[in-house]
Amino acid sequence: MRSAIRHIGALSVAALLLTSCNDMYDGARIKPLERSNFFADGSSSRPLPEGTVARGHAVNNDLLSTGKLDGTLADAFPFAITDSVIARGQDRYTTFCTPCHGRLGDGNGMIVQRGFPRPNSFHTDSLRARPAGYFFDVMTNGFGRMYSYAASVPVHDRWAIVAYIRALQLSQRATVTMLPDNDKKQLP
Amino acid sequence: MAQIFHPSMRVVSRASILASLIVIGFIGWVGWDWYRSGYFTGVNVPVEQPVPFSHEHHVNGLGISCGYCHTSVEKAAFAGIPPTHTCMTCHSQIWTGAPMLEPVRASYRTQKPLEWVRVHDLPDFAYFNHSIHVNKGMACQVCHGDVNIMPLTWKSSTLQMAWCLDCHRAPEKYIRPVEEIYNFDYKPPADQIAFGKELVKKYNVQVKQLTDCSICHR
Ligand code: HEC
Ligand code: HEC
Ligand code: HEC
Ligand code: HEC
Ligand code: HEC
Ligand code: HEC
Repeated sequence: MRSAIRHIGALSVAALLLTSCNDMYDGARIKPLERSNFFADGSSSRPLPEGTVARGHAVNNDLLSTGKLDGTLADAFPFAITDSVIARGQDRYTTFCTPCHGRLGDGNGMIVQRGFPRPNSFHTDSLRARPAGYFFDVMTNGFGRMYSYAASVPVHDRWAIVAYIRALQLSQRATVTMLPDNDKKQLP
Repeated sequence: MAQIFHPSMRVVSRASILASLIVIGFIGWVGWDWYRSGYFTGVNVPVEQPVPFSHEHHVNGLGISCGYCHTSVEKAAFAGIPPTHTCMTCHSQIWTGAPMLEPVRASYRTQKPLEWVRVHDLPDFAYFNHSIHVNKGMACQVCHGDVNIMPLTWKSSTLQMAWCLDCHRAPEKYIRPVEEIYNFDYKPPADQIAFGKELVKKYNVQVKQLTDCSICHR
């Protein structure tokens, strides 16, 4: 009988090993957005007190964060526009704006085809005449039925998108004489 | 001291020792199998969510890119789960009457966040960081599988240590040019290992230190 007891003992040790405890797997460490029962609202991070400004997100009353100079939307950029800024702008525009405004900026994106109100094409005289700050302002504060993109697109990226929209506007009414010599040779 | 076992027990005890070894072995085998199976690891098991969000419809159907919703994946450890505001950029106008989307609208009205159920969840003692992987040519597809065709999200890898190490020992097996990390139709070249080794050098991946315990257990 003793051996049977020993066998049962060995088996239960084996079983214990297999169901080893998992305390370390979900410990006191909190991952981003993890639930917590510590606070009444069930969230582990605290809501930001009104007026909190995260480091590097200061909204100064300047061109960079408002698109305005002396209170009016300005037709100027807060930093130099280089090839790499425009490439960044293209990448961000494709991610955040094409679903509705379309690759060309003609307002014919996929979500519009599925029933979202159609925005104006960027290639109208009135939108070409708008200052750069206007586009920045629309992304920052929203416009009619278009929501704000301030939370997902940081300020520098918003300006890069403005630069890309300017490039798009130019591209849609470029004339042959504007092309560099190399590109002219490609034409039939 | 008196003998515990009568000599006639010898055969019985030998047989039972053998039998118990077999039983333990069998339990171990079943346990190991279970440890690596979908039941334990959750691999390939779709996870129920408060709103039946479909990557298949939004990514493949509508062409929305991962970055529209997972905004911090290129610059932070955490990939980011979209706030309700992001859903409402479209659903303020689209499918506004659908009962399926009521939790989203309610969340927007009450400012109470939606509670998505985590699909991937490393133990708290392991450290992971998206930005380093994504910026060194590790595609979403390599670790998360074909998310673009998932009607409900599931995980396609165990996330066990052996899985991380398989790549950390030889990243050249999986590495891609960084422009291809969001591409789900990517076909690796025939000479992936040679090509991969070049990329590993180009992106300055420190393969030697990638298996140090302190990289992931800090
Ligand atoms: C979910 C669809 C959607 C997305 C995504 C979107 N927009 Fe819009 N946008 C609209 C709609 C619709 C309007 C018109 C709103 C109205 O008239 O009520 C609009 C208007 C605008 C206008 C003003 C046009 C005018 O007629 O004066 C600008 C500029 C603009 N969007 C830029 C952008 C940029 C830049 C992005 C990317 C960061 C973007 N939008 C992303 C739907 C969208
Ligand atoms: C329209 C917004 C949206 C887009 C676009 C999107 N996702 Fe998601 N994703 C979500 C939401 C919401 C969740 C949480 C619910 C769930 O797990 O399905 C999620 C969850 C995930 C998860 C699981 C997270 C966890 O809990 O472990 C992964 C992995 C993921 N997404 C990858 C991707 C990839 C890769 C792409 C691009 C192909 C992508 N997502 C595009 C909204 C989006
Ligand atoms: C860029 C626009 C856009 C965003 C952002 C978006 N959706 Fe959608 N969603 C759509 C469209 C368009 C449809 C209709 C699908 C169709 O026509 O194929 C849809 C359909 C749905 C459906 C209906 C079932 C289905 O998949 O067809 C659900 C549920 C849904 N979305 C949830 C969400 C949630 C949750 C979020 C936020 C994480 C979200 N959506 C963000 C555009 C969007
Ligand atoms: C090297 C493997 C790897 C790559 C590449 C990768 N992920 Fe992940 N992802 C993970 C792991 C591991 C987790 C679980 C992290 C945790 O539990 O802390 C995760 C979690 C997530 C989550 C849940 C939120 C979070 O950060 O915990 C989302 C969303 C996600 N990944 C999206 C993406 C997207 C989008 C891409 C491509 C741009 C991507 N991942 C590339 C391994 C990877
Ligand atoms: C498909 C390949 C792949 C997989 C799978 C993978 N990694 Fe990595 N990991 C890499 C590469 C490549 C680097 C970049 C190393 C470098 O730049 O020197 C990296 C870097 C890291 C770093 C940062 C190292 C540092 O120097 O700070 C951490 C932490 C890490 N990985 C954790 C993990 C964990 C945890 C897992 C499993 C859940 C995992 N990785 C899975 C390829 C991978
Ligand atoms: C590439 C990242 C990585 C490296 C390097 C790494 N680990 Fe791990 N380790 C993990 C992950 C992820 C887990 C959690 C696996 C799971 O989900 O059970 C883990 C789990 C463990 C566990 C718990 C048992 C288990 O397997 O779940 C131990 C013990 C451990 N690691 C020890 C080590 C030691 C010792 C080293 C160095 C020789 C090391 N690890 C190196 C990623 C790593």
